[in-house]
Amino acid sequence: MDRALALHLGVIAALGLAYFVLPAYHAGNLARIMVLAIYAMGFNLAFGYTGLLSLGHALFFGAGMYGLALSMQHFGAPTLPALLIALVASALVAAVVGALALRTKGVAFMIVTLMFAQAGYLTALYFSAWTRGEEGFVLPQALRRFAGFDLSSAAGRYFAALLLFALTLLLIGAIVRAPFGRALIAIRENEPRATMLGYDVQRLKWFAIIVSGTISGLAGATYALLFGYAGASFAAVPYSILPLLYVLLGGAGTTLGPLVGTAFMIYLFDLSSSLTDAYMLIAGVVLVLLTMFLPQGMLGTLRKRALPWLP
Amino acid sequence: MDFGPHLMLAILEGAVTAAILALTAMGLSVVFGVMRVVNVAHGEFYMLGAVIAWFVATTLGAHPALGFVAALILAPLLVGGLAAVADMLILQRIGYDPERTIVATIGMLYIIQQGTLMTFGPDARPVAPPFNSRIPLPWLEWAEGKLSFYYPWGLSITSYKLFVIAAAALILIALWLFMTRTRAGLVMRATQQDSAMAQAFGIPVGRVYALVFGLGAALAAMGAVLVVPIQQAHYLMGHDPLLLSFIVVIIGGLGSLPGTVIAAVLIGVSDGVISVFFSPTLAKITATLAVAMVLVFRPQGLLGKKAH
Amino acid sequence: MAALGAAGAPAILQTRGLTKTYAGVQANVDVDFDLPTGQIRALIGPNGAGKSTFVGMLCGRIPATRGTVMFDNKDISRLPAHRRIRLGIAYTFQITSVFTGLSVRENVALAAHRAGGTEATVTEVLARVGLSDRADQPAGDLSYGHQRILEIAMGLAQKPRLFILDEPTQGLAESEVAEFKALIRGLSGTTILLIEHNMSVVMETAQFITVLNHGAILAEGTPEQIRANPHVQAAYLGTEDA
Repeated sequence: MDRALALHLGVIAALGLAYFVLPAYHAGNLARIMVLAIYAMGFNLAFGYTGLLSLGHALFFGAGMYGLALSMQHFGAPTLPALLIALVASALVAAVVGALALRTKGVAFMIVTLMFAQAGYLTALYFSAWTRGEEGFVLPQALRRFAGFDLSSAAGRYFAALLLFALTLLLIGAIVRAPFGRALIAIRENEPRATMLGYDVQRLKWFAIIVSGTISGLAGATYALLFGYAGASFAAVPYSILPLLYVLLGGAGTTLGPLVGTAFMIYLFDLSSSLTDAYMLIAGVVLVLLTMFLPQGMLGTLRKRALPWLP
Repeated sequence: MDFGPHLMLAILEGAVTAAILALTAMGLSVVFGVMRVVNVAHGEFYMLGAVIAWFVATTLGAHPALGFVAALILAPLLVGGLAAVADMLILQRIGYDPERTIVATIGMLYIIQQGTLMTFGPDARPVAPPFNSRIPLPWLEWAEGKLSFYYPWGLSITSYKLFVIAAAALILIALWLFMTRTRAGLVMRATQQDSAMAQAFGIPVGRVYALVFGLGAALAAMGAVLVVPIQQAHYLMGHDPLLLSFIVVIIGGLGSLPGTVIAAVLIGVSDGVISVFFSPTLAKITATLAVAMVLVFRPQGLLGKKAH
Repeated sequence: MAALGAAGAPAILQTRGLTKTYAGVQANVDVDFDLPTGQIRALIGPNGAGKSTFVGMLCGRIPATRGTVMFDNKDISRLPAHRRIRLGIAYTFQITSVFTGLSVRENVALAAHRAGGTEATVTEVLARVGLSDRADQPAGDLSYGHQRILEIAMGLAQKPRLFILDEPTQGLAESEVAEFKALIRGLSGTTILLIEHNMSVVMETAQFITVLNHGAILAEGTPEQIRANPHVQAAYLGTEDA
């Protein structure tokens, strides 16, 4: 077994152990961190590995969240089918948005994705008879079960989050070492060169957006499932910015950067909440400082300085 | 009200929106035109302008007109100064890399917005207009075989709103004169053409950029001072102007000043008309998607020329 | 003029009426070009003659205004660049373009894997160009000369049937140029189209030469014929080597 896989399995095992070691409050925090880290990992595949800076991933997160929550709330769908609906919904949205947005590049791509996400957010508000808008709705606890486990309990929530986090991490780890992932990195590094080696850059980017969007949708669905709530604020602009923040902080283009960045920021938000309600202020300060002083993030810098093998 | 008077009212309200929007979007466009960067914090400079206007007006406490004039001078200066400092401290250090600039200005957006929330609070606060008389507007009617004037109930505009339109037009003309007739404007346009060449000719590009970034923010702040007697100051009020300014600048062709004005009028008036007759949310969804499509299929803007 | 060198082997590449116009300025006008399989061909001409535009249209980087490109008797005029590459064309950039953030080995592997090559291909190509001992360095840390060699290695790893090199020896040291000549001569079986300014490289490696001037073919022939051609001397050699 190689170092990268060993590291991933080690992190997963440590997270499993953490539930029994940490006080309940921190275990609860960690469950949320793992779910949001799934989101950040999805974002990282597009941004960190392919070089596609989207400002609209909340659209995919929201598609997954509403895909699951609406089918549970209004049609009484059980967990697994609802989760499947969420994945299909976010994949479809990502496929359509990707096909359109990828006709643009750079700054235009950022603005187009931002606008599609804004349209998605407004759509959630427009159908507030179903979504209850910003206020959102609480999912019936009776439906939040899987294979006999109560996903609203602390343990059920933690281990469901860990399972999905572990699957996503191993998937991302496999993707970035497979020819598909190598090609994405090639596109990020030098797109014209990748084209002139015979890579179908447009199609690869499109696949990257679809996989990235689907993982983000999985995160949205998981969030609704485990925390029992869906609301339009999860589809709004700040939710497109947060994964960018987590990934930049942890290290774009590293497999574990999203987890590190998410954990760091969630605790920073948590600590600052005793001082102020304006937690996005912290996000703003960290974003500015990162772009100025640590553009490669924590693990990116670590990889550059000390551990070149870091996945 | 009948359809005709109703439409006229909508167009007039739209013209007010368009005037404010032209100023705000022009700020974004100048920055993009000269510096080739997108300032995502632009809406927050607008919001700051409104908040400062409220602050100045309440501190002075004298006649509304005095507070208003003071705000119209102070708010753009303060906001422009803050933006210039932010440019020198942050954007200059990251070399105006397009993507990193967007990330950094997103950070600035939240710092300004949440900083305002912590100090100014979550409430919307009004500023009294310097003057505000209702001007009823006539409508033509075909009755009993002849044309006659009448004043439909509800068809009116305030003197202040007319002033906003005139003031915005004056500021834009002044800006145009500044850009075309003054040395500072010439320097800015030279920097826009070719910053490396401008540097070689001894133009202090760093200071020009700080000035341009400040000017862009000041234009947004002026728009906000004008709007705040109509619409109250609130810490989240920068969001819609940012999106609308994006739309205007994109439709008008990124960096094109005449295109920006035409697009602002187009978007402002149609926004006014659409939101009177349709659900504002649906109107926003349609507009946002339409603009995204323009960027996808005609990235040089509707009015811009195609680059070869 | 175009009939100077009668091609014996079937042409792997043909263009007919290939034309590129930039905002009214013609970079290439009605170029009819035939490249027989297995030949090493040099494409020369003064700066601005339209050489890079011409090869750009061959491999699809630059869309042609009109005209056709046939590769292996197949019309590829409408294919996007990556599809042309997949048919067996390799292209090295005039301005060095490697994946600077990735290791030398990864650079070559990206080229080899896309073309169906294995790790063995990568190792073999690295050994052949003399980059084996630098395989794990980031490509961005290589010297300029080594980066150019890496470009060529990436082309080799694609095992192309037609290898287009745009000024490969530009900026190389004398010793590196000599290595390059040996490398090219050792590539038996690959058809090569070489844009080159260095006349010693052209004369020692090319079997046949096409001279481009003002976007059109001025002359074609063996190195001896081209050397003796008064039109070429007037348009090109006379000014270039003066």
